[in-house]
Amino acid sequence: MINYLWLIPALPLAGAFINVIFSRKLPRAVVGLIACASVGLSFVFSALAFLALLNADEHHRVINVFVYSWIFAGDFKVDIAFLLDPLSALMLLVVTGVGFLIHVYSLGYMAHGEGYGRFFTYLNLFVFSMLVLVLANNYLLLYVGWELVGLCSYLLISFWFHKPAAAAAGKKAFITTRIGDFGFGLGVILIFLTFGSLDYADVFSRAPETSQSLLTLITLLLFAGAIGKSAQLPLHVWLPDAMEGPTPVSALIHAATMVTAGVYMVARSHALFSLAPFTSELVATVGAVTALFAATIALTQVDLKRVLAYSTISQLGYMFLGVGVAAYGAGIFHLMTHAFFKALLFLGAGSVMHAMRDVIDMRYLGGLRDKMRWTYATFVAGALALAGFPFLSGFFSKDEILASAFESGHYVLWAMGLLTAMLTAFYIFRAVILTFHGAPRWAESSTKVPMKMREDVQSPESIVPSPKSHFPHESPATMVLPVIILAFFAVIAGFVGLPSVIGSNWLERFFSPVFGESHAPIAPALEWFLIAASVAVGLIGIGVAYWFYIARPEIPARLTQRFPRVYQLLWNKYYVDEIYSALFVQPGHRLAQFLWEFVDVKIIDGAANGIGRAFAATSRVLRAAQTGYARAYALAMLVGTVVVIAWLLMR
Amino acid sequence: MNNVISLLLSIPLISALILALIPRQNARAIKLFALFSTFASFALSCSLFASFRATSDLQFVERVAWIPQFGISYYVGVDGLSILLVMLTTFLMIIAIGGSWNAITDRVKEYHILFLLLEAAMIGVFVSLDLFLFYVFWEFTLIPMALLIGIWGHGRRVYAAIKFILFTMFGSTLMLVAILALVFIHRDQTGVLSFALSDITRNPIPPALQPILFAAFALAFAIKVPMFPFHTWLPDAHVEAPTAGSVILAGVLLKMGTYGFIRFAIPLFPSAARDFAPLLIALALIGIIYGAMVSIVQRDIKSLVAFSSVSHLGFVMLGLFTFNAQGMSGGILQMVNHGLSTGALFLLVGMLYERRHTRLIADFGGVAKPMPIFAAFFLLVMFSSVGLPGLNGFVGEFLILVGAYRANALYAALAATGVVLSAIYLLWMYQRAMAGPVTKEENERLRDLSPREIALLVALAVFIVWIGVYPATFLDPIQASVMQLLGGFK
Repeated sequence: MINYLWLIPALPLAGAFINVIFSRKLPRAVVGLIACASVGLSFVFSALAFLALLNADEHHRVINVFVYSWIFAGDFKVDIAFLLDPLSALMLLVVTGVGFLIHVYSLGYMAHGEGYGRFFTYLNLFVFSMLVLVLANNYLLLYVGWELVGLCSYLLISFWFHKPAAAAAGKKAFITTRIGDFGFGLGVILIFLTFGSLDYADVFSRAPETSQSLLTLITLLLFAGAIGKSAQLPLHVWLPDAMEGPTPVSALIHAATMVTAGVYMVARSHALFSLAPFTSELVATVGAVTALFAATIALTQVDLKRVLAYSTISQLGYMFLGVGVAAYGAGIFHLMTHAFFKALLFLGAGSVMHAMRDVIDMRYLGGLRDKMRWTYATFVAGALALAGFPFLSGFFSKDEILASAFESGHYVLWAMGLLTAMLTAFYIFRAVILTFHGAPRWAESSTKVPMKMREDVQSPESIVPSPKSHFPHESPATMVLPVIILAFFAVIAGFVGLPSVIGSNWLERFFSPVFGESHAPIAPALEWFLIAASVAVGLIGIGVAYWFYIARPEIPARLTQRFPRVYQLLWNKYYVDEIYSALFVQPGHRLAQFLWEFVDVKIIDGAANGIGRAFAATSRVLRAAQTGYARAYALAMLVGTVVVIAWLLMR
Repeated sequence: MNNVISLLLSIPLISALILALIPRQNARAIKLFALFSTFASFALSCSLFASFRATSDLQFVERVAWIPQFGISYYVGVDGLSILLVMLTTFLMIIAIGGSWNAITDRVKEYHILFLLLEAAMIGVFVSLDLFLFYVFWEFTLIPMALLIGIWGHGRRVYAAIKFILFTMFGSTLMLVAILALVFIHRDQTGVLSFALSDITRNPIPPALQPILFAAFALAFAIKVPMFPFHTWLPDAHVEAPTAGSVILAGVLLKMGTYGFIRFAIPLFPSAARDFAPLLIALALIGIIYGAMVSIVQRDIKSLVAFSSVSHLGFVMLGLFTFNAQGMSGGILQMVNHGLSTGALFLLVGMLYERRHTRLIADFGGVAKPMPIFAAFFLLVMFSSVGLPGLNGFVGEFLILVGAYRANALYAALAATGVVLSAIYLLWMYQRAMAGPVTKEENERLRDLSPREIALLVALAVFIVWIGVYPATFLDPIQASVMQLLGGFK
């Protein structure tokens, strides 16, 4: 038995608790140490748990740990209880491992700002929440973690709350995801009413006897939550704005961990989704469409963090494509590799911002290659992994998803995924080149840039450079070291899940107690073809980026002029925010205003006051009876009392 | 301790008497003694809670004939339906007295006397098992609260106080008629004149009479809750009331309405209750959505919180009228949760008001900067009200939604929109008042919380977290009573 499992979430919670109370009195070093140590220790215990599972034989790789009975009423009963199985064990490693590295990175990144203690409190609280989400053994506890990570996301996006854009972005994130959670919450309730329990074990074992229509409804409701949390169409709008938060937050929460919760939830609920083919098709379709959609937006953005944000939305789409075509292991595989390379890319972007005094607009970057060698090298490693360069982590995981889509007959979705892969390779190398190559544009004075252009770049982090020139420098060791470790994993992590023509898929075997036995391997010729296609589009994308931004840098401008409509559409992110504002936000606000000012004040309260006035008018008539003589009143009371008593006694 | 409830009732009454003897110049002694008295009451109610057995029996029952000619008795006791509300009342009284420490400088003596009288009346409402006694306490809460609003309130305080009285009286007059009718029906059936609830429920009320009598009770309670469309007295009362008045009004007085339903209206008239349930649920659902929508566009933080109460109490009513274990337990727990969360919200708004003498959202902005501790508590309370898991509101709200779904999926779907809307109105308010740059000079040097204020908020926070993390303490004692109520109902 693993009796230290509860420590894994408890340690970061304790860290948050200590810092929320004492961080104002403690020196910064101690605050940072508490925060990092708690997550570090949590990682150690996660690793121990992982090893324990590895050593256990296959039938003993699912462990439930009861903590206490939480909510009960009648036949409803939910426990605080944890589940350790291969899926949660891997997630533990990713969350605490990447989480720890990002904590360490933050020591350097946040060193100079205000709110140091508050930042680490939130960050620790986030790790705790994410661990609850991952470790839950029932849907309600999953929901708890799910909502708590949403809280932390809100707190951290609006960490610099004095910036209006940050405060607005935090609120937008919380509310948008809550719209999805509206469905998720109802789904959880329907699970209870259907299965009489919320424990995974009960639910999954009873799923096969349940009607397909009910399962379809349940999974649709659950997926609504995933759409919100994992920023898929049509609820993706909050994630780009979430870049208002500090960059380590973007790396940890809005790339590596929290946003993948939807994918984890679908994979965790595979017993339900695999019995609901309609929902699964929808999951795959939403995933593929979102992947392509977000990748096209990423093509034109000039804010490096926003490019990465749209890239995250796009990559999450891949993961949903994977779990939607029942390749649950592949979806989680990509979740893991993405956690490494996307965290790496974000931290690289953070290093750039750190060096450039918060400038993140790529139009003012360039030429940083020589100033920040480590950052450059690691960023390129991450970019290659994202682009699906052969033998890097993203290559294997993305390829497995695409192969599964093709193999299951989803040719259109596969083609969309392939196209997305090409766009991905292009936009990320566009970003690499604009940031690190070419002539530095940061010495330029801000006055040369027409301010009008800046309106569309909402991030206040992307401050227009001040006229005084910058002296970009490499970041301190606390920031570089985590990035190097992430780069290492971004490069090699793919080897745990090799395609069958190359080697053996260790990860799939590891997951077999959760997802069942792997299906028959694809024909080698087909698999080689699919791999070749992936490699080809990736290389084409990188090549085009090189051609557009190094070899023939005048091409992008010409394309923009040639297709202004397309460019405007992409630059404005398909106007989704504007459409939602016109369709929901403003009419909703007008309706609320109408309900208050007309219905409430005029009609309802007006009626009440009108009745009051009517009585007042009547009483003016009756006032004549008020003679002011006490004996008259006494007489009236006596008569009244006698009448009442007489009536009572006569009955 | 056979008369612990009488003791509970008499502590505030005797304290009020003693306060009357303290010279009014001695304001500090008055405040200290009032605070001491509320602590004593809370300690006693805690011991009551500690020795409460989780069965459906009425406990700590005392019954003494009061006006035997009319079958009126002093008949009190608690069960799972009322024990939490007694606790809530005595707890929020500490917050109310502690919260008005510096805010009240005028007529301090009268203020505290009225509050203690109010406390006795509120406890009386929750422990009365005799209809007449209940009615007396019910009406008696009206006077001190109306005076508290009318004397220590803000601008339109007299209008608000009169409105509060008229609305409540309108309902309670009908209730009195219904009570008398019940007693006579009972006398016709048995020949015994009795106002005791246990006597009257022994013989079922003729089905033909149930609807009209239920309607009379329900109207009185619905106005108190308040349910849509009887809610318009509430924003006025809240906006004008002093901070502590709002805390108690939202925290306790509104619960008298919801409590009335489970203690009287439902057990007395089960078949009418079932017939009326769709109507009441419809009003509850309208209240949930309507209250939340109207909250979004409020400019005054207090009236925002007041309208949010309409929404939250819609949840409570929805839960109670699902007639299943989850909905009812959730509804009862949510009464406590709303008392804590909304009480805390009013307290927080009051703290801002004491500093800036305004409650308009537009007058603030960036307050989190000069007042970080205040902001932290504001966040916690806000998320408790939003129903974030791990905090109290979630447990009640989720149970209610389970119960609602069980009754009808549409109920749950409509109610759940309230969960989304609550995030909109509260987070938007927080964004405008607390976040952003400090735009007004007056807000730059706002004092952060004093140790007294922190202590009050910590006390509230403890329960907010406790109920969220370990609700068993509070769910346990109500289970048996809920099951009995449902059993008698079928």
